[in-house]
Amino acid sequence: MSVQGGVLRTVRVKLPYHLQMLARVETEIEIDVCEPVTVRHVLDALENRYPMLRGTIRDHVTQERRPFLRFFACEEDFSLDSPDAPLPDAVARGEEPLLILGAIAGG
Amino acid sequence: MSGARVLVGTKKGAFILSSDGKRKDWQVSEPLFTGWEIYHMKGSPADPNRIYVSQTSGWFGQQIQRSDDAGATWAPVGNKFTYEGVPGTHQWYDGTPHPWEFKRVWHLEPSLADPETVYAGVEDAALFKSSDAGATWEELAGLRGHDTGPHWQPGAGGMCLHTIIQDPTNPGRMYIAISAAGAFRTDDGGKSWKPINKGLVSNFMPDPTAEVGHCVHHVAMHRERPDVLFMQKHWDVMRSDNAGESWREVSGNLPTDFGFVIDVHAHEPETLYVVPIKSDSEHIPPEGKLRVYRSRTGGNEWEPLTKGLPQKDCYVNVLRDAMAVDSLDSCGVYFGTTGGQVYASADAGDNWTPIVRDLPAVLSVEVQTLS
Repeated sequence: MSVQGGVLRTVRVKLPYHLQMLARVETEIEIDVCEPVTVRHVLDALENRYPMLRGTIRDHVTQERRPFLRFFACEEDFSLDSPDAPLPDAVARGEEPLLILGAIAGG
Repeated sequence: MSGARVLVGTKKGAFILSSDGKRKDWQVSEPLFTGWEIYHMKGSPADPNRIYVSQTSGWFGQQIQRSDDAGATWAPVGNKFTYEGVPGTHQWYDGTPHPWEFKRVWHLEPSLADPETVYAGVEDAALFKSSDAGATWEELAGLRGHDTGPHWQPGAGGMCLHTIIQDPTNPGRMYIAISAAGAFRTDDGGKSWKPINKGLVSNFMPDPTAEVGHCVHHVAMHRERPDVLFMQKHWDVMRSDNAGESWREVSGNLPTDFGFVIDVHAHEPETLYVVPIKSDSEHIPPEGKLRVYRSRTGGNEWEPLTKGLPQKDCYVNVLRDAMAVDSLDSCGVYFGTTGGQVYASADAGDNWTPIVRDLPAVLSVEVQTLS
C-alpha cells in the first residue's frame, strides 16, 4: 500500500492498559505506518488515528519519550535509540509487535 | 425533581454519587477512568449536563475528559498545556532556579455563564483558559509573569494552582491561590494580577509577612458577598472583608488551625466549615476524632460537628478540594477522605452519614444541585 508516494506497512502495536482504556482499543492494534518503520513513524500514525494519545507517549512539543515509558520489540529495548532508527524487519513486516510499556513501579 | 449529584475524584478513578432532594438514598456509579488519578471534576453552572474532568498519570501525563450528558458518556478533549513564551524559572525547594514544567491540572473551574469556557489551575503554577469546551488551552500568562514569579516555591505537594474563584458580580475579577506562593487577584479578566497576602503570617518563611511565599491551602467565597473571602492556610484560618486587600485571623477556638478544606454555607454567608488536622507533620485528625468545625459568626467561634462521624481511631486526611456544599433549601455539606469515605450532611452539618465508605483515596469532591 502507498500514500502520497510513500509505502505503508501494517504494523502491530501493543499498548499499556491505561492507554488501551483511553483509546478504547484492545491490547494489540494494527496501524498503517509510512516506511521506513521507525518509532517516530509508528507514533505519528498512532496519534493520527487515536488523537487522544497525543502527549501520553511522547511530549507534545519536544516529542521526547515520556520518562516512565519504554519501547521494546523482538526482545530488544529501543527506548534510548534515535526515534528515526529503523525498527527490526520483523516489526515492519507485521510479524512482531512494537511494545509500548509503562514502567512497573509502586506497591 | 430536585437532587444532588456529587462528583468525586480519587487516586484510582472518578465516581458520581446521585440522590434526590432528600439526600438519604444514594446511587454510586461504576468507576470512571479506572486506574487514573482524578484530581478534580466539576460541572458547568451554566449547563449542568456538562462536566469537566482532570485525569492524570505520572506515566501517561494529562488528559481532560468532558461529558455533555451528565456523565453518561465521556470524550477526551485537549490536553496540550504549553506555557506562553520562554517559561523561565521559579525557585526549587532548595532556593535554586528551576525551569517551569507542566505536570498536571489540579483544578478545573467552568465559567459561571458560558459552558464553553473553563479555567484550569496547573502544576507548575499557572492558569490556563479554554474557550472551546476544553479542545484548546491558552495560558493567562500575566499571572506567572508577575514580578514575583521567579521567587515562587513549591509546597510539599508541588507548586500547584489549586483554587480558582470567579466573582459573580464582576466578570473581570477572579481570585486564585497557589501553594506556596499565596493568593492573587485579577480585575481585568486575567491580564494582570496582584498578590493579596497582606495580613498572612507564615513563620516558616524568612520574612513571615512577605508579599508572596505563603502556603495557602484553600479559599472560599459566598456568591452573594464576593468581597468576603475565607482562607485555610497551612496554619491559620483567615478572613478578608475587602476582596483580599487585607486578612485577619479567625482561627479562634479551633483545636488546631492547620487543615486543608474550607467552605461556606450556601444560604448563610457567615457560616463556615473547616476540618482541623493535627499538624503539617502528621496530617491526621486530632485525638483520632473526625470533626467538622462550623462557625456561624464568620469565624473565631467554632463548634465541633460530630454526629455520624467517627469519634475514635480515625486517622484519615481531608484534602484541599475535597469539600463542597449544595444549594438545596437545607444546605447539604459533603467531604471526602483519604480513607475513601464520602460523608454527607443534608442539614448543614448537624448530622452526617457516609454515602460510600470504601473508595480509593479521595482527592476532590464537588456537588451539583439539580432542580
